[in-house]
Amino acid sequence: MKHRLQFAGKKLIRMALLLLGVSIVTFLLMCASPLDPLQTNVGQVALGSMSPEQVARLEAYWGVDTPPVQRYLGWLGGVLHGDMGTSLLYRQPVLTVIGQRLANSVFLLLAVWVFSGILGLVLGVAAGAFRGKWPDRLIRGYCLLISSTPTFWLAILLLLIFSVWLGWFPIGLSVPAGVAADAVTFVDRIRHAVLPALTLSITGVANIALHTREKMIDVLESDYVLFARARGESETSVILRHGLRNVSLPAITLQFASVSEIIGGSVLVEQVFSYPGLGQVAVTAGLGSDLPLLLGITVITSAIVFAGNLIADLLYGAADPRIRRGAARE
Amino acid sequence: MEPILEIEHMSVYFTQYERGIRRRVLPVIRDLTLSVEAGQIVAVVGASGSGKSLLAHGILGILPYNSHMEGEIRYAGEPLPRERSAELRGKEIVLIPQGVNYLDPLMKVGAQLRKGSRDEKVRERTSRALRRYGLSEETEEMYPFELSGGMARRVLIASAVTGIPRLIIADEPTPGLDVRAAKRILGHFRELADEGAGILFITHDLEQALTVADQVAVFYAGETIEVASAADFSDVENLRHPFTRAIWRAMPEHGFHPVSGTQPYPGSRETGCSFAGQCSASTETCRETDLIPLRECCGGMVRCLHPGKEASL
Amino acid sequence: MKHDRKEKNRRKSTILFLAAAVLILAAVTAAGIILEGTATETDFSRTNLAPGTGGLFGTDWMGRDMFARTLAGLSLSIRIGILTAAVSAVIALLAGTAAATLGRRADAVISWCIDLVMGIPHILLVMLISIACGRGFAGVVAGVALSHWPSLARVIRGEVIQLRQAPYILVAEKLGVSKFQNVRRHMIPHLLPQFLTGLILLFPHAILHEASVTFLGFGLSSEQPAIGVILSESMQYLTTGRWWLALFPGLALVLAVILFAVLGERLRQLMDPSSVHE
Repeated sequence: MKHRLQFAGKKLIRMALLLLGVSIVTFLLMCASPLDPLQTNVGQVALGSMSPEQVARLEAYWGVDTPPVQRYLGWLGGVLHGDMGTSLLYRQPVLTVIGQRLANSVFLLLAVWVFSGILGLVLGVAAGAFRGKWPDRLIRGYCLLISSTPTFWLAILLLLIFSVWLGWFPIGLSVPAGVAADAVTFVDRIRHAVLPALTLSITGVANIALHTREKMIDVLESDYVLFARARGESETSVILRHGLRNVSLPAITLQFASVSEIIGGSVLVEQVFSYPGLGQVAVTAGLGSDLPLLLGITVITSAIVFAGNLIADLLYGAADPRIRRGAARE
Repeated sequence: MEPILEIEHMSVYFTQYERGIRRRVLPVIRDLTLSVEAGQIVAVVGASGSGKSLLAHGILGILPYNSHMEGEIRYAGEPLPRERSAELRGKEIVLIPQGVNYLDPLMKVGAQLRKGSRDEKVRERTSRALRRYGLSEETEEMYPFELSGGMARRVLIASAVTGIPRLIIADEPTPGLDVRAAKRILGHFRELADEGAGILFITHDLEQALTVADQVAVFYAGETIEVASAADFSDVENLRHPFTRAIWRAMPEHGFHPVSGTQPYPGSRETGCSFAGQCSASTETCRETDLIPLRECCGGMVRCLHPGKEASL
Repeated sequence: MKHDRKEKNRRKSTILFLAAAVLILAAVTAAGIILEGTATETDFSRTNLAPGTGGLFGTDWMGRDMFARTLAGLSLSIRIGILTAAVSAVIALLAGTAAATLGRRADAVISWCIDLVMGIPHILLVMLISIACGRGFAGVVAGVALSHWPSLARVIRGEVIQLRQAPYILVAEKLGVSKFQNVRRHMIPHLLPQFLTGLILLFPHAILHEASVTFLGFGLSSEQPAIGVILSESMQYLTTGRWWLALFPGLALVLAVILFAVLGERLRQLMDPSSVHE
């Protein structure tokens, strides 16, 4: 147990250091940008018509005149007190903006994550079990097609088919326009989340299915499966009892480690469907050079990604008897 | 006594791609003939890589998908097609594999031996089989990686006797064990044979085979080149094939003379005797005859045009 | 042998496929460069025509020929893809070998960098780097090139570490073969196939991320006929039923990416000895 706690502790420290690195890199990249936030957000013409004092006030607001190191240290100090600064575009605390948007996205992302994980595992197991036969070819073809398709184009196609032609789902916005936010029913929310979720699930399956297939083929060619067959276990029993058991752990680990891809995909999909989630706000912040907001989003999504990796590592230790019992024996 | 297993003219072929483009069919086992009687231990002796394991997989009907088999296998007097071996394997025909790699690393030993059955009778039979080889209840709750080498071997043997096997195929069951442990394992085989099972004992170790076997089939480059009784090995003059004589002379107590040359790779040779390249008695006809038949010779069988001659040593 | 004819057919088909794929991609690239002028030519007498009357892929709201625009966009995508994948692969090669050969500290630093880059969602990182470079062509090229190296770098690192400990290389060293000779005769022939297939398999990712980032508005400017720009513009016309603006350019991109992916996969199979039994 002590061994395991040490392992987790080390991982946590590494994660904190990585997050610090992420924030520094993000900050440096934003500071290096030649894009002038005043020009992008206020506009050349408006800027020209302002008095020097007004311009100076705006410059102070966007932080153009403060030296970068001082700004970064100020930001870091704030973070340690639980304050990630104020979004320049939304004029609200960064944490409030992210909190609201994350609340919208979390439901979508979680559903996609679970669904694509299970479906990917099933497809991968099936493809591995039917290696070389038509189900395998079909699944492999699907994975090739999907991993070659830009997520946003797939989103556009689905929008075109289901919203424009068939009219089954609304075009855009997770809340119907003109309805107060608290009057939105649960059903409405679902209706707006279906297409984004579908897009992300369709694309999320490919990676895990292909990995699981490879692993499944390894398992089916292993000595222990040979022996299981020699002992008269049926093909179904071999696949479910031995195949699934040995393939699940790597698949779950992979799914925890692939949080980054789902978040990345959500940026594109939310943009196409105008879904007011974290991805959409990241694009807005990026286009508007809203440094505190984009910095906050990057750090928080990275934290989620690292947490996913950490869980994957810990899960392996807890679920694999070779590590679990091996460590207990020492 | 009636043979429990008869194999006649069995061949196993593999389809391969070389460098991903060239397709070729490799004969890994050619024209193998063999029989095992109830209560008898027949050792199949051959160097590693001579295709011995595939013999076991062929009988059990679990050859890999890129291979196919020709010839006839008869079990208890009746043909043994794939469906029948699927029916019988694990019940009457059992395999004892090499080592711990043949156990699922993520499944407890007990659960594996029970093959997913929750039946109380099965549970009882399994623990009785384990107890027979000195393995306690605790063993059932262990994962394969927690077993020692000798324990793993005993678990694998126990797996064979959860039912009442009539044919046991042991595929290299003793590598990595010291002489005493190996002897104990071989003793278990003798015991099982005396209880009435026929045992096919596949090994690369002639010396070990002779300590326990009644009959020895010598395997060379995918072919059975000689079938002899264990007693024949007491005197080199009784042996029929030059290769058998060569490996006899390679045994420590007979002078440790190494066999010169190497066994040809399967598929590298089109016609003639596979041992011709290493045999001093070989003639033009040895190299050109298409397939030299296995024939009766002085109470055993031999695949040689000039049986009884010596190979160059 | 009796399978002779089949053998020849298979080898032929693989080589034919490789040649055809390269030829098609080269032709598309060349055609796109030639058509770049036509792609931006407006003709207000022929606006919003569906495929058929308005040419193969139809025309848009400014009367521009969508076929020319698609080809020009695809050509641009392929060129950016090749450029960024090549730069990424070189970074991966350098980082991977450095991590494996320059000692524990270098290894720790590079591994930390790899973890860092992999920790930020890809799209977000490409966006950030693009912003740092002021968006546009330079932004998207830098963004994609600087964010795609970690996975290949890991592969190369592992491969080099394994090679350095391989018995035959240790023996060669003991026998007094010089370090340079060892690298040239044993390491490079081993690494090169890995590197090349890694490079080709980077193309699909590079092209897709370029298009995605451009679509979001962080990449190529809207005057350029890039696939991302075309699709982003098409969004405004979807509700009015101009499906062809989105369908064909996207489909063309998918086909090009599949071609690259299959090309890489076939090469990998050709070079991988473990596929002998397939």
